[in-house]
Amino acid sequence: MEGPLGIPLEHVLYLAITLFLIGVVGILIRRNVIFILLSLELMMNASALAFVAAGAYWQEADGQVMFMFILALAAAEVAVALGLVVQLARRFRTLDIDAASEMTG
Amino acid sequence: MEMLWLVPALPLAGFLVLFVTEGKLPKIAVACIGAGCVGFSAVVAAVVGWEYLTSGTDAYSQVMWTWMAVGEFKVEATLYFDYLALVMVGVITGVGFLIHLYATGYMWEEEGYSRFFAYMNLFVFAMLLLVLGDSLLLLFLGWEGVGLCSYLLIGFFHKDPANGYAARKAFVITRVGDTALILGLLLLFREVGTLGIQESLETARSIWPDGSLMNTAIALLLLGGAVGKSAQVPLQTWLPDAMAGPTPVSALIHAATMVTAGVYLIARMQGIYLLSEHAMLCVAFVGLATLFIASFTALVQSDIKRVLAFSTMSQIGYMFLALGVGAWSAAIFHLMTHAFFKALLFLASGSVILSLHHEQDMHKMGGLWRKLPIPFWSMVVGSIALAALPFTSGFVSKDAILLTAADAPELGMVFWGGAIAAAFMTSLYTTRMMVLTFFGETKMEPHDPSKANMWLPLLVLAALSLGGGWFGFTVLDSLFHDHGVHFGLHLDNPIAIATMCIPLLGLVAGYLIFYANVFDRKGIAESGVGKAVGRFWFVGWGFDKIYDSLVVNPFRWLARVNKGDFVDLLFRFTALVARILNNLFSISQNGRLRWYALTMFGGLLLAIVFVAII
Amino acid sequence: MGYWLFWIAGGIAILSAFAAITRMNASHALIYLVITLLSIAVIFFLLGAPFAAALEIVIYAGAIVVLFLFVVMMLNLGRRAVERERQWLLPGIWVIPAIMAGALFIVLGIALSGSEHEAVIEGTMVGPKEVGRSLLGPYILGVELAAVLLLAALVGAFHLGRRYIEERREK
Repeated sequence: MEGPLGIPLEHVLYLAITLFLIGVVGILIRRNVIFILLSLELMMNASALAFVAAGAYWQEADGQVMFMFILALAAAEVAVALGLVVQLARRFRTLDIDAASEMTG
Repeated sequence: MEMLWLVPALPLAGFLVLFVTEGKLPKIAVACIGAGCVGFSAVVAAVVGWEYLTSGTDAYSQVMWTWMAVGEFKVEATLYFDYLALVMVGVITGVGFLIHLYATGYMWEEEGYSRFFAYMNLFVFAMLLLVLGDSLLLLFLGWEGVGLCSYLLIGFFHKDPANGYAARKAFVITRVGDTALILGLLLLFREVGTLGIQESLETARSIWPDGSLMNTAIALLLLGGAVGKSAQVPLQTWLPDAMAGPTPVSALIHAATMVTAGVYLIARMQGIYLLSEHAMLCVAFVGLATLFIASFTALVQSDIKRVLAFSTMSQIGYMFLALGVGAWSAAIFHLMTHAFFKALLFLASGSVILSLHHEQDMHKMGGLWRKLPIPFWSMVVGSIALAALPFTSGFVSKDAILLTAADAPELGMVFWGGAIAAAFMTSLYTTRMMVLTFFGETKMEPHDPSKANMWLPLLVLAALSLGGGWFGFTVLDSLFHDHGVHFGLHLDNPIAIATMCIPLLGLVAGYLIFYANVFDRKGIAESGVGKAVGRFWFVGWGFDKIYDSLVVNPFRWLARVNKGDFVDLLFRFTALVARILNNLFSISQNGRLRWYALTMFGGLLLAIVFVAII
Repeated sequence: MGYWLFWIAGGIAILSAFAAITRMNASHALIYLVITLLSIAVIFFLLGAPFAAALEIVIYAGAIVVLFLFVVMMLNLGRRAVERERQWLLPGIWVIPAIMAGALFIVLGIALSGSEHEAVIEGTMVGPKEVGRSLLGPYILGVELAAVLLLAALVGAFHLGRRYIEERREK
């Protein structure tokens, strides 16, 4: 994969924005926790894509390093969040995120 | 004399031990600590006093530590021991120890035994600090310390709200005087630039050789403090109510020591007063007014402790009169003898009260003299000393005051006349008290609680009341360096003879009126004029009423009007705004995760618009 | 050729992402998510980041999504859950998120198109060696922090899951 590829950076960023917004919409429309977490993964991937694209543009490793950190973050988040999902399902007998709205101010 | 610091340190140690153990010690240990440390303090004081008398020095001062030193300005915690301190320390530790000893028996059945002795020890410490400190700061510290202890001990039986009220009253009224005192001390400090008492007196003498307005102002402000503490007109109304405290407290604080702190203050600040004739005159008039008013009031009281309270006021009035006419030594001497016989009277009346199950109304007593011999004979001795019958200690000191007052350059006869009238009243009300309490028909059966630790102090004090006057002839006269005070018998002078005889006359009159019933006593008391006068005297010449209508009621009215506290409106407005905003924002806190996400993205949108485009 | 490959992969990613968030069945949605992730891996590869592409496949598509699937299967949602999803996902719920997303897209688009300079990615490969050197060089602190984060997540996940496991055992 040597040589000129010719992808404008902006186009990659548009793709990243699109994926990110799909994740946002997913969070906003779904009530099921699993889908919300899934959308979250989507958003993280979108930002990772933006990082990697920027790194590729500058031809530096930093973008991929950031991707690694996002990966670690995602792994940690999923581990805790799925534990919470299991607890939620056990206590409320549902995966509806609004059922757990006990933190009313 | 290096042991001087031990004198106040021992009671402090006693207080700390009792305070830290929180009443968990057995009663007998509390009694040993409480009375013991004051007793040891008295022994140390005696040793120090003996060394002082034999050394022939004028004064001895001991620097304990330096509080602070800023450039030239230095504040040291110094103890100062001279003849004045000698007398005061002797009275405080000696009489104090006897009263503590008595209290170990008197308070035995009461709740809070340990607390009582903790307060008492703290009081003795504060009082010693007050009389020994050679610094305006230490003086003030001791002054407030005794005020605090007085408050705590008046309200000692705190389960009755009336006692708490009496304590509060005493505290608030003395606070009026204390405010004047601190103003005076601060003014003095500003003028002389030092906190040491001896230093400031010397400086005052050099900067105001002929006196000045400032000097008079300081003297009058200090007098204000003394008046508050010593229950003199016009701040005297707290003392009768202070009798709500246990009787040993009344004996120690409200008869022998604390109320004489004002006398001590003026005697200590002698240098300031000598420079101002007006201030001296004020002191004398305060004393005269008090002794006059109080002795009339004492005549119609029915509570035995209130009689003694008014009598204390009037005796301190004598001391003020003596200070005002320049008879310093006579004033201090009377302070000492008064401590002896008034403590004796209070303790003896305490025995009577205890034997009658806390009955204090004299009209319900009577015929007790055979049944309570020790209190009776103690009371007799105390009474004749109080009435200043010849050859008692009270006679020696009071005689000196009256004769010096009569010699005063101007108004001498006014002072003498007022004082001698009050002396007549003194023996009259003393006789009345004795007759009502111990003679006549028996109305209540006493049980005799006498124990050795209760009658021993009575005997010692009785001996001192009788023979204490000899100090005046021998030791004190040579120590007090103001001559022109007449100690002893002067039979060549008609005024002196009258001074000696009038108390006797009062005694005879009292016998005729109250025992032999020569006059129709009831009839006079029931008649219109008699009733009005009796009532007027009974309420202490209406001072309480005047203060109620002048100060208390307007203040209450103000408090009632301002119940909502208009200053608070400002703060309440702030709180209201905060609460409205809170309600507004708590709508958004609905706990719905997706709502939060939505608002978050809305915020993100706005942020990007601001950052990227604008 | 690379450009077209990029847009094919990108298109698949967008479509399958959209499908992922609209499925009623969680397992189906996760499969679509895997497709999105694989497309992104392809794009990574195109951009000259083969190491990132490999990790995307191995850890994201492999580990994380499998963890999701594992939980979904453990909860045993079934047909009733699909019905409930259908009830929840009403057409009206789309309006505000769609407006919001459109606005955000327009704003970001305006922000992106602001630059005159034409930036083109040439696709030079930055291999695992450089990444590793960078990671354990200037970013070593970040690595340490990530390690702490993972440890915390481990402890948290263990704590959250423990009671569930114990109750299961009691039954």
